[in-house]
Amino acid sequence: MKHTISVQVENKFGVLARISGLFSARGYNIDSLAVGETEDPDISRITIVVHGDESVLEQVTKQLNKLPDVIKVKDFLKSNIVKRDLILIKVFADKKVRAEIVEIAAIFRAKIVDVAKESITIEVTGNEDKVVAFIDLVKPYKIKEIVRTGIIAIERGEK
Amino acid sequence: MNGAKIILESLKKEKVNILFGIGGGSVIPLFDEIHKDKDIKFILTRHEQAAAHMADGFSRATGKVGVCVATSGPGATNLVTGLATAYMDSIPMVALTGQVATHLVGNDAFQEADTTGITRPVTKHNYLVTDVKDLAATIKEAFYLARTGRPGPVLIDLPVDIQRDSCKFSYPEKANIKGYKPKTGGHIKQIKEAAKLINSSKRPVVYAGGGVIISKASNELRAFASKGKLPVTTTLMGTGSFPADSELSLSMLGMHGTYYANNAVQNSDLIIAVGARFDDRVTGRVKDFAKGAKVIHIDIDPTSISKIIKADVPIVGDARAVLKKLVKHIEFKERKDWHKQIAKWKSKQPLIYKKDNKLRPQYVIEQLYKATKGNAVITTEVGQHQMWAEQFYKYNEPNTFLTSGGLGTMGYGFPAAIGAKFGKPKKTVINIAGDGSFQMNIQELATCVVNDINVINVVLNNNYLGMVRQWQELFYDKRYSQVCLGKSHKERVPDFARVAEAYGAKGISVCKKKDVMPAIKEALKYKSGPVVMDFIIEEEENVYPMVPAGAAIDEVLIDMA
Repeated sequence: MKHTISVQVENKFGVLARISGLFSARGYNIDSLAVGETEDPDISRITIVVHGDESVLEQVTKQLNKLPDVIKVKDFLKSNIVKRDLILIKVFADKKVRAEIVEIAAIFRAKIVDVAKESITIEVTGNEDKVVAFIDLVKPYKIKEIVRTGIIAIERGEK
Repeated sequence: MNGAKIILESLKKEKVNILFGIGGGSVIPLFDEIHKDKDIKFILTRHEQAAAHMADGFSRATGKVGVCVATSGPGATNLVTGLATAYMDSIPMVALTGQVATHLVGNDAFQEADTTGITRPVTKHNYLVTDVKDLAATIKEAFYLARTGRPGPVLIDLPVDIQRDSCKFSYPEKANIKGYKPKTGGHIKQIKEAAKLINSSKRPVVYAGGGVIISKASNELRAFASKGKLPVTTTLMGTGSFPADSELSLSMLGMHGTYYANNAVQNSDLIIAVGARFDDRVTGRVKDFAKGAKVIHIDIDPTSISKIIKADVPIVGDARAVLKKLVKHIEFKERKDWHKQIAKWKSKQPLIYKKDNKLRPQYVIEQLYKATKGNAVITTEVGQHQMWAEQFYKYNEPNTFLTSGGLGTMGYGFPAAIGAKFGKPKKTVINIAGDGSFQMNIQELATCVVNDINVINVVLNNNYLGMVRQWQELFYDKRYSQVCLGKSHKERVPDFARVAEAYGAKGISVCKKKDVMPAIKEALKYKSGPVVMDFIIEEEENVYPMVPAGAAIDEVLIDMA
């Protein structure tokens, strides 16, 4: 089962090493990890996607909580959240196929961010399913490069 | 005030009056202040690993935070084993390491190592101080982290320029760490739930670990066990937390635990784990561990709960605080049938060894117990002698059996004994060692001699790395690979008594059973420095009972003595 865990940490050097070290030392698998500052510059947020059964996830959250630099840990499994992944994807595109690719991008509300003679670079944002679907559709044109941010997530506001 | 002086003044605020360590290029400013200081004693060791174990032994004997000091690079890396030892056993310690100047950090400078990086997995937390203004607050936090919650070692890396820089000294009253608020009290609803289970249990067993000693809960454990008439088994780390001479005591459980402790656990209907963590040496094969038992697990560290064995009633809290509340809710119960059954197991398979004229290690330890009337502080190295020291010396008080339980560090016992002696100068302190382990920090004889430290080393010399030899005998068809330490069976190396004499310590060799007691008495009388007693014991004596690795804890090998 995939879990998205949101971790608030002190914005200090070495914190990311503590967290990645914890995962490697205890043999937990990270699917993706994204780090950034929050509204408070002293606090960073790390969004980790990790898979494992319930007992593994219980240990992951407990172990994270045990680190003095970790302020708060939330497993979003049961929360109502918005998840986003951003990818930059560079696809081979000569004159012949460029229009087709632009059309696919438009359907996905993706942005063309760079066009060159032989390639086109597209920015796609969305949840994982959307991003994967897009990658599948452009695969036949041959992908040169993909860069992903990893999933970030936030809880929806109260209604 | 310069950084070096700030360090010393901060240590004084934490009531530290002794440091163990070795200096070097990047701690010279600190050592200059130590030279001027009159309140803090510095014990110069011969190896940094020993300095860490001394701080650890000091801490285990007294409950205070032990402090060790090393220089950058190799000084710091030599501390690693000591830190890992303390970390596995939750021992409060602070390590101060020098570091190259801040502008050189990351440049592969002379004697530079990424100390915070290397020690991150073996410390509770660590710091690199990059501004002298942060120094006092960092030390405050380090001590607070080391001694609260589940204690552990904390390291502070101190670049040499920070020690020289100056600022105004003010020591904070409180440490404020946003992400660190240990829960100590225990949830009352859970405590009542636990009491209900205890009161309805027919075959309960208390399983007490090192957490009982750390939280100073021995009296509470006694009160709890006697009110509920609950049998108590202790882990290696919990040895001494419950009096061995109590009729409720089952002694140690697990791989080399007693037959009756392991049987009681396997046949129980309720396990009350207090400050213990279901280590693999305790549980054996997990899926067959105490199958019919419900589990109450009291621990300050939430990650210990339900990590190996699912707890039916988890209680996060300090062992002492929780037991104090729990005892109020439990009822006195006779549990006659259960105690009758336990008595049967006890008489069927007590701890035994072959009683003949040969010099056997168990006999040496029994005599040691008699001669000291059980009042010594015992430290151990790691291996067979460690298990015999647990089995055949009886511990009735906490903080009297100091051993590396989690990491299993050979070379721990002797320096730990030195640290313990500084913490408890009036106590007789004895390191029970093997001939292999003792050589891993034997150089500290010099530290003892120079400082007139009266520690007794009892070397149970069997000419082997005995525990590994035992495994090779039992599970590898006696293929003794790389375990014999002597030149031959007749020529053991070294002659420990002569090594001791060369250092200026007292050396005694004992080959015969009848000489054991007189030799022990002679050693106990000697007060002018360290003693090394070399007992030339049977080479192939084994530790029994033994549960083979990966077996269930009632699948036990018993010696045919």
